[in-house]
Amino acid sequence: MGDIGSREILRLSVNGQNQELLVKPYTTLLEILREDLRLTGTKHGCEAGECGACVVLIDGTPQLSCLVLPGQIEGSDVTTIEGVSDGGKLHPVQQAFMDHGALQCGYCTPGMVLSSKALLDSNPRASAEEIKEALAGNLCRCTGYVSIIEAVEDAGRAMA
Amino acid sequence: MLRLPRFSYLRPESVAEAAQILSEYGPRARIVAGGTDLLPKMKRGQIEPEIVVGISHLPELRQIRATKDGGFEIGACVTLTEVVDNPALQAAFKGYTRAAALVSSPALRNSGTIGGNLCVDTRCNYYDESYEWRKALGFCMKKDGDICRVAPASATCRAIASSDTAPAAISLNATVRLVGPNGEREVPVESLYQDDGQFYMTKAADEILVSLRMPNPGTWRSSYVKVRNRGTIDFPLVGAAAALQMNGSIVEDCRIIITAVGPKPLDVSQSARPLFGRAIDDAILEEVAVEAAKPARPLDNADISYVWRKRMVRRAVEQAIKEAAGVA
Amino acid sequence: MTTVANDPNVELRVIGKSLPKVDSAGKVIGLTAYADDIELPGTLYCKLLRSHLPHAKVLSIDTSAATAIKGVIAVITGDDLPIKYGIMPTSEDEHALECEKVRFVGDPVAAVAAVDEETALAACRAIVVEYEPLETIESIEHALLPPSDEPIHDYAGPGNIHRIGALEFGEVDEGFANSSFIREDVFFYEGNTHLPMEQHSATATFVGDQLTLWSSTQNPHYVHRALAKVFEMPMGHIRVVAAPHGGGFGGKCDPFSHEMVVCKLAMITGRPVKCTLTREEVFYVHRGRHPVMMWVRTGVSQDGKILAMHFRTALDGGAYGSYGPASMLYTGALQTTTYNIPAYRFEGVRVFTNKAPCGPKRGHGTPQPRFALELHMDKIAHSIGLDPVELRRRNYVKPYTRTINHLRITSCGIEEATDRVIEASRYYERKKRLGHGLGFAVSSYMCGAGLPIYWNKLPHSECVIQVDRGGVSLYCGATDIGQGSDTVLATVAAEELGLWPTDIRVVSGDTGLTPVDLGSYSSRVTFMAGNAALQAAREMREILVGAVAEKMECSPKDVVVGDGKIGELSFEDAATLAQLRHGVLTTRGTYAPPREIGGRYKAAGVGPSPAYSYSAAVVDLDADPYSGEIQLNKVWIAHDIGRAINALSVKGQVEGGVYMGLSEAMMEGQLYRHGLHKQPSMLDYKSLTFFEMPEVETFLVETVDLEGPFGAKEAGQGPLLPVIPAVVSAVYDALGVWVDEVPITPDKIMRALDAKAKGREGRYGPKSFPQISYPTIVKVPPFDASSTAF
Repeated sequence: MGDIGSREILRLSVNGQNQELLVKPYTTLLEILREDLRLTGTKHGCEAGECGACVVLIDGTPQLSCLVLPGQIEGSDVTTIEGVSDGGKLHPVQQAFMDHGALQCGYCTPGMVLSSKALLDSNPRASAEEIKEALAGNLCRCTGYVSIIEAVEDAGRAMA
Repeated sequence: MLRLPRFSYLRPESVAEAAQILSEYGPRARIVAGGTDLLPKMKRGQIEPEIVVGISHLPELRQIRATKDGGFEIGACVTLTEVVDNPALQAAFKGYTRAAALVSSPALRNSGTIGGNLCVDTRCNYYDESYEWRKALGFCMKKDGDICRVAPASATCRAIASSDTAPAAISLNATVRLVGPNGEREVPVESLYQDDGQFYMTKAADEILVSLRMPNPGTWRSSYVKVRNRGTIDFPLVGAAAALQMNGSIVEDCRIIITAVGPKPLDVSQSARPLFGRAIDDAILEEVAVEAAKPARPLDNADISYVWRKRMVRRAVEQAIKEAAGVA
Repeated sequence: MTTVANDPNVELRVIGKSLPKVDSAGKVIGLTAYADDIELPGTLYCKLLRSHLPHAKVLSIDTSAATAIKGVIAVITGDDLPIKYGIMPTSEDEHALECEKVRFVGDPVAAVAAVDEETALAACRAIVVEYEPLETIESIEHALLPPSDEPIHDYAGPGNIHRIGALEFGEVDEGFANSSFIREDVFFYEGNTHLPMEQHSATATFVGDQLTLWSSTQNPHYVHRALAKVFEMPMGHIRVVAAPHGGGFGGKCDPFSHEMVVCKLAMITGRPVKCTLTREEVFYVHRGRHPVMMWVRTGVSQDGKILAMHFRTALDGGAYGSYGPASMLYTGALQTTTYNIPAYRFEGVRVFTNKAPCGPKRGHGTPQPRFALELHMDKIAHSIGLDPVELRRRNYVKPYTRTINHLRITSCGIEEATDRVIEASRYYERKKRLGHGLGFAVSSYMCGAGLPIYWNKLPHSECVIQVDRGGVSLYCGATDIGQGSDTVLATVAAEELGLWPTDIRVVSGDTGLTPVDLGSYSSRVTFMAGNAALQAAREMREILVGAVAEKMECSPKDVVVGDGKIGELSFEDAATLAQLRHGVLTTRGTYAPPREIGGRYKAAGVGPSPAYSYSAAVVDLDADPYSGEIQLNKVWIAHDIGRAINALSVKGQVEGGVYMGLSEAMMEGQLYRHGLHKQPSMLDYKSLTFFEMPEVETFLVETVDLEGPFGAKEAGQGPLLPVIPAVVSAVYDALGVWVDEVPITPDKIMRALDAKAKGREGRYGPKSFPQISYPTIVKVPPFDASSTAF
């Protein structure tokens, strides 16, 4: 074993692009995205898995990037907020968030959008209760959540 | 940004190799599966391994398989979400899958594993704080100090058992397989825990929990009730698992396990004896629940007052029995 | 100032529509660069070493071991930043780094700039500080006693008193003497914090002799002033840019030590320096809701008319002044804007304690007394056998009146707001069942503070509109903190110029590029910056219309503006035509509140506002008679917005205010134990999630204020206020017990139920109000229109 924490190669796909990165084993996916790849759309609010701001999709599943090590995602397919829209065309969830005023400061929005997308990808007709259940780990201090539920319901209709 | 301290990450090829690494490095190494418990604690300096041994990539730990006796064996690195979404497990072990579904938040359950939840560190709001915070107050015996901050007269740490799935697994007579450098053994989940918040698990430091074995439930029906401040994210303030064997409306057998009221889950099944041979009604439920709550010793080291938490044990037990019996 | 725009019947094209916010496109794709997303080449990273003691003298600081660490570029202490600052001129009591004494756990004493955060943190841990501990003051009661060693601060006083005051309006003793019923109550409001999703972050550069700071601040103008003071630099050499903002709620209104520190480190190192706080540090930076003890005594007539009110408050200010002098006065200022109180006495005190400093949080100083006042009104109603809603109705202020404390009331929709929520909730038709309750409350809030934080005669808001090559740029110092102020300004300009809000490029919150605006606090932006934008836009419209009228050879009156056209010309062609004639087109607008909105007595600066919003709420909940657990079912809220500039944004502000009120009422508390913050994390400091948040039905009451831009008033803070007392009132309705303290956690309800079961008063809350030696009461003469504050 070399020095403690010496860098290692990580291969993964981020938003459809293959990446080969030299990373410290003790950095989290959150830091790799924001600092190594400069994808700052992924936000951080606590870095301890308590707020949901850093949610990204790993192989389609929402996970807290602040609690994911590079050693755990070798070969994975990561989607961040930068990879949600189709070129210039917004994803229905993004459009619905705008149309319903489901964001104010917008800081929780990337995590909310990704959690919502993952839900609707598997269940476009999600009920308000199912939406609450799926987004329950994403905190928002601005909206009171009401408009977010409306937006996700609406996006589901657009995707169905 | 709150960051991790330095460590090296090892990816053993097998469980045996992982156990070998633990044995070689002793307390300098820690197992990581989902990382949802270990990593925040490492960021706060509560646990400081130099070597983190990843096991979640090992296929043998990621399987759910039916066993010969009609039960299931669930690999330690199966995620909580995978358990929650498994119809066969839901049908057979409702209390267990319900407990898994109530752990933290959906995104966390997508990473968090069933093995990790059984091993989840005990919690205390004198301990689950940053290095600087704990230094400011004075360290506690669980990490860097020599007294219990919430119970200074106590000889042992009083951090709180916080696994939701442990009491449910215990109520269903589950066992775990442990693999160490000298081989494998199987023990009841109940015997994994001891009444010490610091050394809360009985397994050796170089033993790895590789699977949870849920025996054929037969006619046992189960439930889990979690009391917490919010409907998500939060750890249990009180947890109660109940498993019942019924003949029609008559209770034949009943197990009750309560948690988050001390350093280990408590088996309070004895208190259920008055139920045996009769139908459930409010009066008998109250009698049972009052008795079940007696050994609970919540302290001022979690959210909301300990007086309230103590009282909620009764409520949780009543609800758990009712839900298991299907009379809720 | 009645204008055409404020005619309620005039047809508007974009004002009032539900449109996406102009800045939302960047936010949904993750491209908006918040303060911590800004990364300049060669950036160094800063960490602060904070005190681990609540109160101590600093005897020595040894930074040598830190400096020796590889990758550490600079280490500074208080000696490097000796000049004090603070948001209020009367309380400039903060050093960026404390070198003489520390006053709470979290007080910064040293800072490191290093090649990365890991190195900076290691260096902070290598700094050795020698302290001499002092007595820790942890409560209001304790702070009121003479200090056993030394007071927390060497100014103000006596002892640990920061500010104290007593005012009387009208004949209070006479009012009580004439009352047929008098009631006294005591309440406590636990402090809480903003918990913005974004942790504060700041990056500074120093190039040539120009200092630039990018920061997640709500008030770049006040930060600008503080930097000029601390660095003894001309304002013209300092630029403060408010980065796109990840949540404020008042928590990013003060100039902060990390902002000062990155500037100093940029000067020393010549490199960009960034500091992003951890979540735990955000709890220490705080400036949140003050814990307040309250005592209120009210006399009413036979028919329930208030004849006199005496209100006492005691605020736990924490370790520094912050906005404290204003916070203290706000706990007594707005009782009169909902109820006609003919005689009013207010006594207030703010004390220093060894906790994170309190300051302004959404509703600044008024949610606490509003909570007390509304419950007190409920109790009076129950005592005299009157319906609580009816009691309030009998005392509501009327539009276009003046309060006893000299505040000018203009448009006022409190009656209509009440009607809307009472009807929608079927308040009077509800069926009684155990554990179910409805609670009702009203409130009022300012549309911007009438006075700036520091005395100056500058306008409160200025706005410049520039039209060049067909594009419209609007420059204003206001800061969009998520509340939608850029959208408000764009919409106002778009209405006037016949465009769509997204046609307007808004440049805001940048002291180097935008004219002064005092900042995004006190719900001032829509009213004040909105009026400045309106003025600038109207002038621009005149220029464009004039040019087109000349070409079309018609009267300007006949040039129709709208749908992207000025008369027959496209906006771009009209703009080019005007630009060819006049050169680059710029217009400006300016706003300062009118003189006559407040009084002239000492302390009259707190409370006056050019208009007040009004809110009424009904909360429907179930409360468990065994556990005290609450299930929120629904909230009906009606808000007098004057006129909605963007109905979607207003709905969002109202829902967000309801949410934050519910969260404060149910679970939020900035608690301490042994001198330490008890739960400095997002897990342990509880805030409402999707699961607890109930359905909200919002009604906008449009009173069309005569002075607001297109009649608009505020929505950012007011709707929070009635929610908190309405929750507690609903719990009383459900279970018959009073919890005179928030947050109303289940254990408090349980204890009130226990007391009731034992035959005692079914109540949980403070037993008494502390003994306080308030100064001699200043009797303020009645309002004199010829003598006002401005």
